[in-house]
Amino acid sequence: MQKFTYTIKDEEGLHARPAGLLVKCAQKCSSKVTIECKGHSADAKRLFAVMGLGAGKNDQLAFSIEGPKEDTDCATLKDFCTAHL
Amino acid sequence: MVKIHGIGASDGMIMGQLVLYQPDKVKVEKYAVEDAESEIQRLKEAQQEAVNSLNKVYLQSLKRLGEKDSMIFQIHMMMLQDEDYTNSILDKIRQENVNAEYAVQETGKEFAERFAQMDSEYMRGRKADVIDISRRLIQCLAQKDGTKFCLDEPSIIAADDLTPSETMQLEKSKVLAILTRNGSRTAHSAILSRTMGIPSVVNLGDDFQKLRDGMNVIVNGTSGDVLLEPNEAAQNTYQQSREEYVRNRNELKQLLGKKIVTRDGRVMSVNANIGRPTDAEAALENGADGIGLFRSEFLYMERDSLPSEDEQFHAYQQVLQKMGDKPVIIRTFDIGADKQLPYLDLPQEQNPALGYRAIRICLDRTELFKTQLRALFRASAFGNLKIMFPMIISVEEVRKAKAMIEEVKAELSKEKIAFAPDVKIGIMVETPAAAVLSDELAKECDFFSVGTNDLTQYTLAADRTNGKIAGIYNQRHPAVLKFLEMTAKNAHAAGIPFGICGESAADPELTSFYLKIGVDELSVAPPSILGLKKRALTMI
Repeated sequence: MQKFTYTIKDEEGLHARPAGLLVKCAQKCSSKVTIECKGHSADAKRLFAVMGLGAGKNDQLAFSIEGPKEDTDCATLKDFCTAHL
Repeated sequence: MVKIHGIGASDGMIMGQLVLYQPDKVKVEKYAVEDAESEIQRLKEAQQEAVNSLNKVYLQSLKRLGEKDSMIFQIHMMMLQDEDYTNSILDKIRQENVNAEYAVQETGKEFAERFAQMDSEYMRGRKADVIDISRRLIQCLAQKDGTKFCLDEPSIIAADDLTPSETMQLEKSKVLAILTRNGSRTAHSAILSRTMGIPSVVNLGDDFQKLRDGMNVIVNGTSGDVLLEPNEAAQNTYQQSREEYVRNRNELKQLLGKKIVTRDGRVMSVNANIGRPTDAEAALENGADGIGLFRSEFLYMERDSLPSEDEQFHAYQQVLQKMGDKPVIIRTFDIGADKQLPYLDLPQEQNPALGYRAIRICLDRTELFKTQLRALFRASAFGNLKIMFPMIISVEEVRKAKAMIEEVKAELSKEKIAFAPDVKIGIMVETPAAAVLSDELAKECDFFSVGTNDLTQYTLAADRTNGKIAGIYNQRHPAVLKFLEMTAKNAHAAGIPFGICGESAADPELTSFYLKIGVDELSVAPPSILGLKKRALTMI
């Protein structure tokens, strides 16, 4: 299992657009991707669940990535966060 | 005549006839189904149909509004296909043996409720998105043709709430303004009306009930005021301010792309002061000839740690690319005094304005300065960058800062990272010392830009943040103007351009003075650019 954390820099937090992009990115990964934030966890491939985290600016997202391709998937998600969140 | 009030969500003033928006609503009835699996099949087909129809709206919107503002329809498609949402509908059909329409309606309500209870105002606004997609799905199930709402003539539309797709499907040429009972400035439909340039007032609340089909109304999307059945006097006032508004706007728009060339053939550029990379767009829309001051310290503020080299690089690169070959002057961070950063842990000072700030921090905490310079030079390859140092009081400071630039350039060359070889280096003239030494400083710099706010404060020994002496703090004081004149002369004697980027650059009383002393560049807030150009053009 791979893990990393990321602190949200976007002013509006994980709002509709970035959440949509994040879910799209996660859906392309073959691994199981879970996000934990403020004591709640969500399947990163499900939009309502990710939006339901209500993650705002400066909140920390803890990613867990599990599967045969977890290394590359982890890198993909990291790049995505830096570029979009 | 009745006046009601809401939240102004999209600027502009307009008078017209009111039409109450009544989309083709489907009444959902609940009934029992025997064969749950065939009901589920019906749902799946409707889901596909709803996604297809949304995709059409998306493609339409893509053409009209571009990708950023169309993304919401992609989100809607994802919501429609979301596993949690779908599973909740399926569970209801299977476990309660109810029809698909009812299962969708109930699921929609449950999900909307979840958003309604969230902390952020933005997320609460997403409730409307869930209701929108659920309604669309119900319409597909009921085989109705969606929201058909046609306007015969240009009208003002009033609705409880407009969903993004409803807003999008309105014919822009026939919608004069949008009024809603609910909603907020951050709702997607408000964002869309701003992008489409349609005046809008939202959140009218209970007053919304006073609206009737066919009423004559005046909408002010800036103040949030709505006049119902205005009397003749109100109509006349409206006509006058409307004419003036349109005339002013059109007149100023004509100046887009216009250069100010004085009688002796010099160009005076009018540039924009910005604080965030995204402000570059507003600069261009308002006809800026370049960026005269990018206050880089804003990248350091409202956060818990220093911005990394990469973060800064991306921000600078974004502005430079957006501005193309137009010049972009980035001021290295001016931290200290009234701009404190908690995470830098700078000690409290008795006189912060006279203390450890700006270039003084840079030359002391060189690691901070170097990170910024590296980011700046890496970005220099992407546009027309100029770098400016704040709070200079001596030639020695400029030489030290330039030596650091040489270090950074050598490092980047060694790492084979591209940068522009001839980035112009200038200083802010904002201390009396710099003004007095401007002849010597001019030999060390490629340009001057006067920060009149601080220059006034230090010249007049008058704290600019102290309201009690606001009358003494005077940017038109003869001593300040003498400094400007002297600095301009010394700049021109050395053959370098002279600019002004403080508040008083936009002062209408000073424009003719600036033209007289041969200012090469004035830099002001984006909305002031065209007005300033207009004024300058009448004076040359």
